[in-house]
Amino acid sequence: MGKLVIIGSGQAGYTLAREFRKRDTESRLLIITQDDGSSYSKPMLSNALSKDKTPETLIMASAEKMATDLDAEIWTNTLVTDIDSTEKIVTTDQQSSHYDQLVLANGAYSIRAPIKGNASDDILTVNNLADYRAFRSHLEKGKRVVIIGAGLIGCEFANDLSTISSDISIIDLASQPLGRLLTPHAAETLKQKLSDLGASWYLDNAVSEVNKGGNGLAVTLKDGTNLQADIVLSAIGLRADLQLAEKLKLETDRGIKVDRFLRSNNEHIYALGDCAQVEDLNLPFVMPLMNCARALAATLAGEETAVSYPAMPVVVKTPCYPIVVCPPPRPVEGNWEEEVTDSGVRSMFKDASGQPIGFVLTGDLTKERLAMSKLIPDWLE
Amino acid sequence: MKKWVCIVCGFVYDQAQGLPEEGIAPGTSWDDISDDWLCPDCGVGKSDFEMEEI
Repeated sequence: MGKLVIIGSGQAGYTLAREFRKRDTESRLLIITQDDGSSYSKPMLSNALSKDKTPETLIMASAEKMATDLDAEIWTNTLVTDIDSTEKIVTTDQQSSHYDQLVLANGAYSIRAPIKGNASDDILTVNNLADYRAFRSHLEKGKRVVIIGAGLIGCEFANDLSTISSDISIIDLASQPLGRLLTPHAAETLKQKLSDLGASWYLDNAVSEVNKGGNGLAVTLKDGTNLQADIVLSAIGLRADLQLAEKLKLETDRGIKVDRFLRSNNEHIYALGDCAQVEDLNLPFVMPLMNCARALAATLAGEETAVSYPAMPVVVKTPCYPIVVCPPPRPVEGNWEEEVTDSGVRSMFKDASGQPIGFVLTGDLTKERLAMSKLIPDWLE
Repeated sequence: MKKWVCIVCGFVYDQAQGLPEEGIAPGTSWDDISDDWLCPDCGVGKSDFEMEEI
């Protein structure tokens, strides 16, 4: 095949490289990454404290080790500045390389809400290991933490931080944690369980200002409430990084638009992971990218393979109240039916014809996730 | 009994429990699980699991 160049060394880039090498040991492989190229598990960032992991012990392999294992060249701390898709050349702030096939696996970035105040730059986000290092360097036992966003990451961090802090405030525009992912009883129970660990809730609310105060950071909410904090963490979601794609005039929507072969509208450029939208689905989770990486590795090694998606439930890492959510992947008419039992909540979303297309399981009922998933039609057949 | 932990998502395979939903009987040793088996929560392969003695 010649030379494969992958931009990005996150779960998507490294998984693709590993799967590709299982099929092709001959072609040259170059991975270009903005960060230090350490291989680590991103999902673990939001439960590292509970698992007794530090930013250093989260690292599974250094860039050097990955380069050896993958028989690849890895350019670390390197920023891609330009791609010439006619001549097939990637240019970086340090050097340039020819490619035969190019894969964009450069992920997503944390969305930042417009917040006023002289300390708005002190608001932290955690979307990679370097962010997490900075976050942990601010963290000590007993610190007061404000979390903006009661979504998956916000709730996971709240649970994890409760191991070292009993002063955690969670702010969200929605009226319940995990918004539309949860049915009412499940959401109320999660709220209660996190409250038991020391979380205070400010729902139907928002942060308007963060200022430096005499006693740490002064956080002002939309309804006028004032909170004192040592750390403000924003976790309101991710947006695909489309900068390179737009420069290349690739078609984009919520992600780089690719077909079932992960191919963009340029036949030699592919995308997967958080930056990609496969047909109409941009799913920033591990399982979809694993499916994509396996299919794309086969295609790049010469065996055209379309990706398929089964229903892919997401395990919410809130050990205080185990939850598995499987929301319908596309907007559709239908109804949630919530069943509350002594072992947890079992909710099912059925479309107009009565076909189950989504579910929520909590508590001990999370054990049913495999059986429930089998009832749900594939997301991409 | 041995447990195997997924290093990507934290899923635990407990040999004592097996994974009856996937047709893996309680007591099935890790070595007897097919090499193409995938983590039910995140989809990584067996090589991304580490043994944890509990």
